[in-house]
Amino acid sequence: MIDRDEVLHVARLARLSLSDAEVESMAVELSAVLDHIAKIGELDLGDVAPTAHVVEATGGLRPDEPRASLPREVALAQAPAVSSDGFLVPSPQA
Amino acid sequence: MSGADIISLTAAQAAAAISAGELSPGELFDAYRARAAADELNCFTWVADDGSDAAPSATEDWVPPGPGPSRGASPLKGVPLAVKDLFCTEGVPSQSGSRILEGYLPPYTATAVARLAQAGAPLLGKTNQDEFAMGSSTENSAFGPVRNPWDPERVPGGSSGGSAAAVAAGLTPWALGTDTGGSIRQPAALCGIVGLKPTYGAVSRYGMIAFASSLDQAGPLTRDVTDAALMLRHMVGQDPCDATSLAYPGEIALPSAERLDGVRLGVPVELTGEGIAAGVLASFQAALARARELGADVREVALPHAPHALSAYYVLAPAEASSNLARFDGVRYGARAAGASDLADMYTRTRHDGFGAEVRRRIMLGTYALSSGYYDAYYGRAQRVRTLIAADFHEAFGEVDFIVTPTAPTVAFHLGEKTQDPWSMYLNDYCTVPMSLAGIPAISIPCGLSEGLPVGLQIAGPVFSESALLDAAFALEQALGFDGSPPRSGAGGGTND
Repeated sequence: MIDRDEVLHVARLARLSLSDAEVESMAVELSAVLDHIAKIGELDLGDVAPTAHVVEATGGLRPDEPRASLPREVALAQAPAVSSDGFLVPSPQA
Repeated sequence: MSGADIISLTAAQAAAAISAGELSPGELFDAYRARAAADELNCFTWVADDGSDAAPSATEDWVPPGPGPSRGASPLKGVPLAVKDLFCTEGVPSQSGSRILEGYLPPYTATAVARLAQAGAPLLGKTNQDEFAMGSSTENSAFGPVRNPWDPERVPGGSSGGSAAAVAAGLTPWALGTDTGGSIRQPAALCGIVGLKPTYGAVSRYGMIAFASSLDQAGPLTRDVTDAALMLRHMVGQDPCDATSLAYPGEIALPSAERLDGVRLGVPVELTGEGIAAGVLASFQAALARARELGADVREVALPHAPHALSAYYVLAPAEASSNLARFDGVRYGARAAGASDLADMYTRTRHDGFGAEVRRRIMLGTYALSSGYYDAYYGRAQRVRTLIAADFHEAFGEVDFIVTPTAPTVAFHLGEKTQDPWSMYLNDYCTVPMSLAGIPAISIPCGLSEGLPVGLQIAGPVFSESALLDAAFALEQALGFDGSPPRSGAGGGTND
């Protein structure tokens, strides 16, 4: 149902590297799960509206007033790599 | 008070003993700290060093200014709390069971934890869980599986398995968990304790490491129904830091009902037949007979779309997860794979190495369901099925007050029994996922034994019906008289008799 090329395409979208063996097993496992999920295809859903959130929430916004944010050194404290006052990452074009 | 006496107290009883001057908060904390530190079930990923600095701070700038209980008032009297790993706790490891967050120390504390701390429940430890709450057995933790105190060769359920097993084994008075499709209720059932998933929005999700944001909800895992009410009372309420949190109407009442006269309990045929183990069904039927003796009106009710809930859930939850977990990229926190050639390579290798097999599977499933060409067939359809499921419940609650089902299709299963076939594991959530999709509250209480292992009874009610739900659960709990003692773990084993 889902083949090797599709697994590689989706893995690219998800920014996930997979070994050759993992690509094979992922194709088998996803296909098996999708077979079960496909049952919702049997339902007539023509007039049914989609639901993203079940409980009506309104007025959930706080007043737009400035307040203290996370201090820079605290925000950087858990980073794998930092450079002076920012997050350090490998070059996109290396 | 002796150590054994202290451990035998429920959270409410311990708080009462402290109020009466029969027990000090320090004694209580030390008794549980010693037990948690000697945990042989792998329930804990972190245990407090001592009581003095265990409570997460609740006064920092970054803590939400929500209307929690006022500081100083301490209704929970120092009764210690175990907290699922995925709740952020300032300066305390919060890893969500994942290698990618190993050693992560958050800069702030989750609202639910902060509110309970403010109410007088200090942090005892962090509990093990399925990675990012994805699983039904706690075998998906990067920090090893949790074992069930009723039988260490069996799983405690999941994903809040560490919290459930710790409560059942008497390693903590009570614990905080989260439930996305059954992750509080199913482990509570498999460990013979009480677990409550509140109405979606009743408890702030701020500081919970997200799995599926339209479904995730924090709730109590406790030894009895009274403790569940007591904990929930101090968790609910709107939070400026979670725009989906709601003002809870009124206060959660402590339960007191002795009878169920006139209470209409609906038994959905769709969730009480095929696929449920015979021993579980027998225990469930016996509990219904007790409910009738208490005056309940037990009748059939229809949830015609419930059989499709699991399929819809396994589109929606992975879709939301694939989006939520995009944040784990090796840049701002957590692990980063070494030796990457460029930025994209760093992302993909970090995510491969940091995520376990089930998390990778769900990210792939969710990404697929959201991808161009498949979005309408999967995500769009699943959202529409969700509408039908919520409408089923709405209609059913016009005829009955509560809906009752077995919580899980089976009793606790053996480690490794369901890890090879994802769908067999997903079926654990068959009876709990419909309520999650509808956003309604549901509680699991132990209702008996099958094969010497606990069986859970699930009771679900309409939005914001928690106080009534707890009352009904309390009446049944008293009538059922379940002995919540597993064979003592860590005491050289034992038999269940």
